[in-house]
This record gives sequence, C-alpha cells and structure tokens, in this order.
Amino acid sequence: MSTAALTENPAKRQRYVAVLLDVMSRPSGAIGLSLVVFHVCLAIISPVIAPYDFKLQDASLMLSQPSNAHWLGADHLGRDIFSRTMLGGREALLVTGIATPLAVLWGGFVGILFGLTGGRLDEVLMRIVDAFLSLPWILKMLVLIVTFGTGLEVLIPTLAFFYGIPVIRIARAATHDVIARDFVWAAKARGHSRISIIWRELLPNVLDTLMVEGAMRWSWMLLAFSSLSFLGFGVSPPTPDWGLMISDARGYMSFAPWGVIGPVVALSSLIIGINLTADALAKALGIDRAQKAPV
Amino acid sequence: MSAPAFINIQNLSVGYTSQSGEIIRVLRDVSLSINRGESIGLVGESGSGKSTLALAALGFFKRGLRALEGDVEFDGIDMLALERDDLQAIRGGRLALIPQNSGQSLTPTLRIGQQVAEALRLHSQLDESDFEARVVELLTQVRLPEPATLVSRFPHELSGGQQQRVAVAMALAGEPDALLLDEPTTGLDVTTQAHILELLRDLASERNMAMLYVSHDLGAISRVCDRVVVMYAGEIALKGTTKQVLLAPRHPYAHGLLASIPRLTQTSLPLALDGRPPMPGETITGCAFADRCALADERCQSTPPALKQLESGEEVRCFHPDRIDQLPVVNKAAANKTVTQKGEVSADHGGDALGLNQLAISYAKPSLWNQLFSSGSTPPATVDNINISIRTGETLGLVGESGSGKSTILKAIAGLISPKTGHLVLNGEARLTPKVEDRPALHLRQIQMIFQNPDDSLNPRHTIAQILAQPLRLYFSLTGEELRQRSIELLERVRLGSHYLDRLPSQLSGGEKQRVAVARAFAAEPAIVLCDEVTSALDVSVQAAVLDLLNELKTQQGTTYIFVSHDLAVVKAISNRVAVLYQGRLCEIGPADAVYSGPFHPYTDVLLGAVLEPDPDFVPKLSADDVVELSPPETGCPFQRRCPRKLGKICETDTPPARLFDNGHQINCHIPETDL
Amino acid sequence: MLTMILRRIFLGLATISIVSLIIFAGVEILPGDACTQYLEQDQADVELLEKCRDDLNLNRPAHQRYTEWALGALTGDLGMSVNGEAKISDLVGARFANSLLLAFFALLVGVPLAMLLGVITGLWRDRKPDIIFSTIAIFAMTIPEFVSATLLILVFSVWLGWLPGIVLTSAGSPISEFFPEILLPVIVLSLVMTAHVMRMVRSSVIEVMASDYVQMATLKGVPYWQMVFRHALPNALLPAINVVALTIAWLLGGVVVIEVVFNYPGLGRMMIDAISDRDLPVVQAIALIVASIYVCINLTADLMTMIANPKLRTMYLRK
Repeated sequence: MSTAALTENPAKRQRYVAVLLDVMSRPSGAIGLSLVVFHVCLAIISPVIAPYDFKLQDASLMLSQPSNAHWLGADHLGRDIFSRTMLGGREALLVTGIATPLAVLWGGFVGILFGLTGGRLDEVLMRIVDAFLSLPWILKMLVLIVTFGTGLEVLIPTLAFFYGIPVIRIARAATHDVIARDFVWAAKARGHSRISIIWRELLPNVLDTLMVEGAMRWSWMLLAFSSLSFLGFGVSPPTPDWGLMISDARGYMSFAPWGVIGPVVALSSLIIGINLTADALAKALGIDRAQKAPV
Repeated sequence: MSAPAFINIQNLSVGYTSQSGEIIRVLRDVSLSINRGESIGLVGESGSGKSTLALAALGFFKRGLRALEGDVEFDGIDMLALERDDLQAIRGGRLALIPQNSGQSLTPTLRIGQQVAEALRLHSQLDESDFEARVVELLTQVRLPEPATLVSRFPHELSGGQQQRVAVAMALAGEPDALLLDEPTTGLDVTTQAHILELLRDLASERNMAMLYVSHDLGAISRVCDRVVVMYAGEIALKGTTKQVLLAPRHPYAHGLLASIPRLTQTSLPLALDGRPPMPGETITGCAFADRCALADERCQSTPPALKQLESGEEVRCFHPDRIDQLPVVNKAAANKTVTQKGEVSADHGGDALGLNQLAISYAKPSLWNQLFSSGSTPPATVDNINISIRTGETLGLVGESGSGKSTILKAIAGLISPKTGHLVLNGEARLTPKVEDRPALHLRQIQMIFQNPDDSLNPRHTIAQILAQPLRLYFSLTGEELRQRSIELLERVRLGSHYLDRLPSQLSGGEKQRVAVARAFAAEPAIVLCDEVTSALDVSVQAAVLDLLNELKTQQGTTYIFVSHDLAVVKAISNRVAVLYQGRLCEIGPADAVYSGPFHPYTDVLLGAVLEPDPDFVPKLSADDVVELSPPETGCPFQRRCPRKLGKICETDTPPARLFDNGHQINCHIPETDL
Repeated sequence: MLTMILRRIFLGLATISIVSLIIFAGVEILPGDACTQYLEQDQADVELLEKCRDDLNLNRPAHQRYTEWALGALTGDLGMSVNGEAKISDLVGARFANSLLLAFFALLVGVPLAMLLGVITGLWRDRKPDIIFSTIAIFAMTIPEFVSATLLILVFSVWLGWLPGIVLTSAGSPISEFFPEILLPVIVLSLVMTAHVMRMVRSSVIEVMASDYVQMATLKGVPYWQMVFRHALPNALLPAINVVALTIAWLLGGVVVIEVVFNYPGLGRMMIDAISDRDLPVVQAIALIVASIYVCINLTADLMTMIANPKLRTMYLRK
C-alpha cells in the first residue's frame, strides 16, 4: 500500500482528527496547544508587529520602568523590553523546531533498527547509549559549542545529535513491544518481506510513542537552548533571546526587577504549553509518560 | 418469601456518568436473594453485569460506578448505608469473596502466610500466637501440598491452581456465612478447575454457607449451584432451579446460550447465536434480546417485558416463554462435519496434506526479533518425537493442557520456530523448509494461520481493507477495483458486509474481529489452515458462530485444518481426528469418536473425566492430581508423574510403545491394548 | 543471584570503559590540544609547540596515552591541569565535596517530600489536593531552573531580604560557612526534583491502587490505611528507587546552571570554567568522574530493586 493510500484513508484521518479533538477536549491540552500555537504565530509575525526596533538603543531610557510607551520598560542599553520579548523566541523556536524532528528521526531510526537486529550488536550499542547518557548534557554540548562556535549550523546538529540518543532507547523498547505481538508473527508467517513488515506492521505502531517522545524532546531542547543562552553560550547579542535577556536583566534585578518579568513569562509559558500538550497527547494516544525520567 | 433472605438485593440499578453527562446503567433493576445453605449461579456473557452484581453484594463498586437506586442487604444490614469501618468488618469476615484471577489478586510483596494471617487478624478471635497453626490448618483444608513450607512463599512462586486455593483459604479464614465467587476457575486447566470446584462443593455443604457463583461457564455452575440466574444486558433474563434452567430453559437467550455450548455427548457443531448484546447506554425500546431473538414480534421491539413468574416456578423476562419449543435445538446445517475428500490410509501416505516426521522442537521464548529472524539457542526439547500425518480435507484437533506444546507445533508448521530435528512434508512430496523466509511463495500461500486473540493478531492501525489487502497483494498481486471486489467477497463469505472495509479493528466486536482474521487467512486460498485456540478469547455464543463459519468454509473449499484447543468439547465438535498431547509428547491419536469413546490413554481419561457438562446430573470423575509440571521427564512416559495407572519402573525408563487399534487409533502406553 | 549481580557489575564497568573511550576520543578529535591552548595558539611558534608536546608526552600514539590516562584514573591520578601546576585530583576533590553537600540537602528535603506528595496526589487522584500539587509540579518541572532561581532571588532576596541571593564562600571552606547561603540553591534544586519524583510516585500509586490485589485487600476487609501501607505502598514505591537514583546522579553530576546562578563553587561551575578555558585534562577528569557516579548509582538502584522485589529475586535465583 502506498503512503498516499495510507493518508487518504478516511478511518486513519478520522483517528488523527479524533486524537486532536481528544487533546483539545482536555483542559491541559486546550491550554497547552493554545500556548504553543500562540508562540509559534508570534514568532512568525513578531518582526512585523513589534513596536520598536530590537537593536534601537536609547540612553535616556536605560533601565526605565514600564510606561505607556514601553510596556515592560527598557533594558540596560535602553532597548524596549516588550519588543525584545516578542522577538526573543524566534531563534529558540527555529533551532529546536528543526532539531527536534531530526533527533526523533535519527534516534527513532537507529532504535528501531537495533530493536530488530538484537543480539550482540544491540548489546554493544546499548552500552554506548548508556555511556552517552551518563555524561552531563551540558558538558557534551559545551565542548562542541566552545570549539565550533554558536551558529545555527553548530547548534542544530549538536542538539539533534545528543537529544536523539535517548530516543534510541525509547524506540528500541517500543519496537520490542510491537514485534512480540501476533500481527507481526502473522505477517511473518504469510511470508512478507522484512521491509514490508517494518513499514506496515511496526512503524504505524511505534509512531505514537515517537510522537509523544518528540513533544517531550522539544520541551527539553528548549530548556537546554535557553540555558545555554543564559550561560552565554547560545545566541550572540544583540539578537534578542529570552535566556540571554534574563541573564542580562539579573544583574540589575535589585533596582530594575521588571526587566526579568517579560522573558520569564514568555519562556515559561512556551515550555509549559509544550509539556501540557505532550501530556494530553500521551493520554489521548493511551501512553503513560509519567514513568519516564528526563535523561 | 416471607422472612427476608440472607443476602437480599432489591431493585438494584448500578451505573456511571459518561463524559457527556449521561447516566449509563450497567445493571438495571436487579433483584436477587440468597438464603443460607443455598448456592446460586449467576451466568451471562462478558458485559452482562454479573461481576458488578456480585461485587455490589459486598457494597463495593468499581471506580466510577455507583448504585443509582435499590437496596443491598446482608443479614438485615443495609450494605449501601454502612460506614467504611463497619463495611470492612463484614467484608472478608462473614461475607467473603473469592476473586477471578488470584495470581493478580494476591499482593506480590507479601508472603502467603502473611496474607492468610492478615485475614485471621481482621476477622477471627484467635490469639496472635495461634495464627501460624491455623494458617497451616486452612492451607491443608484447601488441599495444598506442604502447607508448612508454603506459608513463606510469595504468590508468584505458586501455580495458578495453588494461588486459587490460597484465595479460598483466605476467604475461609474469616469463617464466612456467605461466599461470593467471581469466575473462580476461569483460566485454569480443566483438571485443576474440576478439583477446585469439588473443593468448593464440599466446603459449601459442610458449612451451610450461602453462595453466589458468578461464571460464564455453565458446566461449572451446574456442578456447584442449586439455582441459576441468567443475566443479559444488565438485566435478569431468567431465574430458576439449575435443572429448570439447564435442561428446559424458558427464555430464548438462555436457550440459545445452552445450544451454543459444545458438548462431549454431541457429535455435531453447536448452534450459533447470532448478533451481539446491546452496549451499556444503547437505547433499548423493547426487549433487550429482541434483535437476536427468533421469536421476537412487534411487541418485543416496542415494549420492555417484565420479569414474571411462571407456574413451574421460574421467573422469566419474556413475552413468549411458551413458544421456546419452536426454537431449534441442534445445528442441522452443520451436523455433518465431513472429511471433504475422504483420504484413505495408505502405506505411502499419498493423500496427506501434511506430514510431521520425528518432529522435535526446542522452545525459546518467542518475544524477540532474533527468534523471528534467526534461529534461537538449544535448550532441552519441549516437543519431541511427534509423528502425525494430516490427511487432505480433514480437521485434526490437537488437545492438551497449558504447556503441552500444541501451539509450539503449529508455530513450527508455520515456519516461525525451527524444529530441532525432524521435518515437515507437504502434500506427501515436498519437504517443507523449516524457516518461513526460505519457503517458496506457493508453500507460504498454502499454509495460513489464525491466532488466538484477534486483538493481538490484527494490526490496530490498519483498516479492515488494509488487513485483507495484505495477503491479496502478496499472493495474487491484486490492485485497485479487483482488490476491492475480492475483499468484499471475502467479507461476505465470513458474513460481514462491505461497510466493514473502512473500519479499524477497535471498532469491531470480538467475534467480528475473529471473522476478519478468518477472512484474512482464507484470502490466500490456502490448503492448510492452522487454528491456534481461535475461539478461546470469545464468548460461547460467539464461539459457536466462529466454529460454524470455519466448518462451512472447509466444506466449500476442501481445506485441511489443524485445530489447537484446550477445550475438549470444542475439539470434538469440529475435528475428524484428534491428537492428545502431554508435555510435548504424543499420548494418543485417532478418529475423534474413538478418542472420545475409548479405549483411552490414561491422560485422555483424566482429561475427559474432568470436563464439566452443563447438565446438573453430570458428575465428573477425578483421577489424577492437578500438579503443574514445568518440564517433561528425561526418559520414559511423559505422564509418568501424574498417571493414576502407572505400572512401575518401566514407565520411568522406557518410551511407551504404540498400541494400535482400528481406524488408525494409536495410544502410546505401556499398558497392553486389552487393558486400556 | 550472585552471577546476576556480577553480570550487572560487569556491564556497569563496560559502560564506564566505553565512557572513558568516548571522552578520550572526543577530546582527541577536537582541534587543538593542551599545548596550543597553553601557548595561545596563534602566536606559538612551531618549535615551542613541539617542545611543549614532548614535555607533555603528547607526541606519543593515542592508544598509549589513553592507557596511561585510564590507568592513572584508576589509581586516582587524574593528571595536571593545563594552566595551573595543580593536580586535578586536588582541584576536583574540594569542588566535589561541595556538590555532594548541595545534593545531600536537596535530597534530604526533596525525597521525603516527593514521596509524601506523590502518595497524597495518587490516593486523592483528581480531587483538590491532587489538582493543586500536580499543577504546581508541572510548573516546577517545566520552568527552567535559572528562571525559578531568578524568581526566588527576586522574592526572597531582593524584595523580602530574608536570604542571601548569592554564595560568596570559597570552595575549600568548612560546611558551616555555607549557611544560610546554600538555602536558596537547595530550595530551587529540591523544587525541580520533588516535582519529577512526585509525578512518578503518583502514577505508580494510581496504577497500584487500581490493581486487583488492592481491590482484593479491600474486599477482604482490610481497613483503608492498613491496605495503603501494607498492600499498596510497598509495591508502588519500588519503581521510585530507580527514579531517585537518576535524580541523585543528576544532582552529583554538577547542576551547572544553578551553580552559576548562585555562584556556588561546585563541580558544575568548575566544569564550565574548564570548558571556557579549554582546560581539557580537567574536562576529561570531570566527565569521567560524573559518568562513573551515574553508572554506579544506577547500578546500585538496579540491585536494590532486585533485592526488594520478590518476583525479580526469584527470577534471578532461578537463573
């Protein structure tokens, strides 16, 4: 059956619609999804609607309080915090938005492959995965970033690589679950080719798990990205970024505490939104993800 | 009834509030009373509300459910109004429950002794110091071996039958006046089930307890109960004495249910009961059974019948209890289960569809892919020395208890497990390659398999159209309109319509799913179909329909079946020849009639003796212990350790010789032909 | 049983050796080495560079240097740092003690609290206490640590002035001097880990409370709280061992962001400084220590679960 036929099938489409409706019908899903959609839209249109230029420095406004003209005040260089907050998620969303699918793709691919192969090769791979997981994420990332710089061409592959490793584990476990089931045995007994069994019997069933996993990876990746920015290893100034903005504003917190509010609320609401959506999605798909620790 | 009964349930309705705020009733206006010394059987198919009713007698409702109206009284105490502490004092004490699956009902982290002692601490007047002795006493009473060492075991270290006995002991610890039994023998082997039921019978008569026995198995109920209540769609359909209900049911549903049970005394297939019961929450305007009832008229469709008492004493929810006689009793259409092309037994086995020659299989756990795509390691053989030839067009039944290796043999034939030694011969000539990957397309197509549980054998992400398309594309390269037409044809052949094509398996009932699985197997136009416990996951009435379907397809197409089941009556109903297996070794093989009528292999005798018929006058005979053996003995007869007719040393050292009788009836036993 | 334990330990050691290989290879592959760094790579002339490499034995083949490094690490000798003349084991030792201190207090607060809240929310599922605590947990779990740290500093340090917002005590100071500075970092850390562990315990409690054996205990007449403590919790808390282990490993692995925010002299900050300075021997040493801790703690948790769970115990006994 071709992929076109798969997606054109009304019962399948109904299932995706049903899952989406289910997600929306849960309070967590409705709130979460709206937050995510809001942030994505904002990231797209913010350059057009932002009231001020994010680079524009006005010495007279330095660390000024919120006012009618500048709703969230201005930062230490006299730039409008409201405009910068609106724009501050673009970089993060762009990087994680590309890196997440890449991570799930390669991690899922390798996980399924080794879940199927089994044997010694699989044992060795799992040790390597364990080994990678035992190193703190920030160390792995920073070593690469310090060496190669902080451009998108470094950040995206680095995030995608390291965040794909735990996906291997998940995909492998899900594969083991599915291939023990009778419909796989039935396909095997009919004499279908290995590729056909993987494509038709295995993949559709592993996909749900990977989807939820992807949502979770996205939120952790955002966390990592903003942490890097916060530590000064992410986006380079003057590009606005929430992590960087919080880091900057912290220095003046004792006399200009409003500076942190905008980016804090924006960043938190996006990550919470993704998490709530992932929660609702897992419930709608019938997967319990509370057992999984964020490795 | 003048004095209120011991357990008295009046006009009870139980339900839950659905997501849309509707109140859905799972029990509707049910009244039931049980007196001391009386045991009542509660029967019905899955979803009929029978377990909910039993738990309600304890004042307990599963999460989400609640009593909507009605009363539950136990010895005059209102169980629904009781405080939690008072309720807990009664539960497990005067009113005890024996649960369905004891394996999951015993706390995994507590030792057997601790769990039984806990019941004593809660419900007996004994001193803490006397507990130990009393626990051992209780375990002895339920006939558990070595009770003194058993107390320090954890639940998972016991066999299913032993766990069930522990649950019985735990219930007895509180010296109960009434016992509620929720499917206590479901999932156990026949011999184990028969032993547990005998134990329960003895206990009930010894202690003058009131008993409510919930089961879908009318055979078990007929053995234990005085009166029977039949539930349908959350309502009581029929109440009467066991004899009345089982021998001359006055409700069409009870009639149909009984007719659908395969029996050892019957040679034909049981009669199928078509359709399915309404789901909870479905609007029912008239009688809930009207859609499936052959006697239904306009009144049945529009007015719900009330439960009314007949002159003979039964209570029936039906307008036409007097017309039951008009319903058919035996399956006339399928009465002749034929060998489509009578294969003569010839020396060269020319008419054989499949030959198993000296087959031995080492069974590795079939969970990992490396067993799917590569051969596994070699632990001691779980199946050994199997020589069977299956004739073209016949149905060979393989019976045995769990662990007898019957499913393993099917997997080897399908090429999913490679045999350690021996080989398979297809159509009397071609040697079948052990691994499925190496088989030519023709062989693949000719052998098809149907699995036990359609929930697991149909890919939940595929529509029925996609499921049926798999074999059609693979073997016949059908596409487009041709593919669709053929799929519809197949669906119609298994009595489903073309509107099923776009549905997902989750939108189908259990019986419908199994039909799709059957259609998928027949899509290949196979010569041999392997059926692995294909009806075990289904309700009896649905089971009968699937058996009927399989038989019809066979008659049309001349297919050969190998039919594996633990249910001797089902095997008898559908098979021409039957092979009895124990611990992966062949005990007996022969024409179905001969195997079921004797002479018997001692194991066959034990098995048949333990089968329960839904007939109050039927008494099972129990001859061997229900010990679970984990691995076959190294030498001699596989059944040596449990055999009630063991001759002596020879059974332990020498492989039993084949004793031959008429019609190819063969028994592997040291006992000479004349004594079997 | 014993062979099973030995097998697990062997697998753990195998993982650690693979980690050491990855670390070593990773540093090898990166452009530049200790000498280019030490000599400010742009100006260093070739002769000086060669001499330095000879001094530091960097010209020998990689496998020899790996063996040397690994053997050294086994005996506690982690080499010298690039810039200072200090022994890495001394440098790391003090920092590690500080990380241990922080982790200890965070666990002391977090684990019991998480268990308690997990059980409460699990038992009162979908009722008020559950809704309140679960919502708080989602926030605590998802908001980046530097954000919650910043907010707490804003409230407790800037506005209320109750607690110091920054740690000024230096690395080698006695424990008592870290008070009350350590309190805010401990609060932030335990907030995050409590949320994680609580959610896990909650779902485990819910699962166990819906089990057949809990229903059976109820129907056997066991009073509610006795049922909870004897039948439900021993089973519900078993899987918590592994999650707590992961949390401990995470805490000891250097909580970089928190340490930077509060200027806390722990392993995490040392790591980030070493990376910024490209002090590769130190980075290697820290990575190896942290990874080994991770593996050891997870191993311990696996073995503990095996011992505490009767089912697993017999499974391995049979093997």
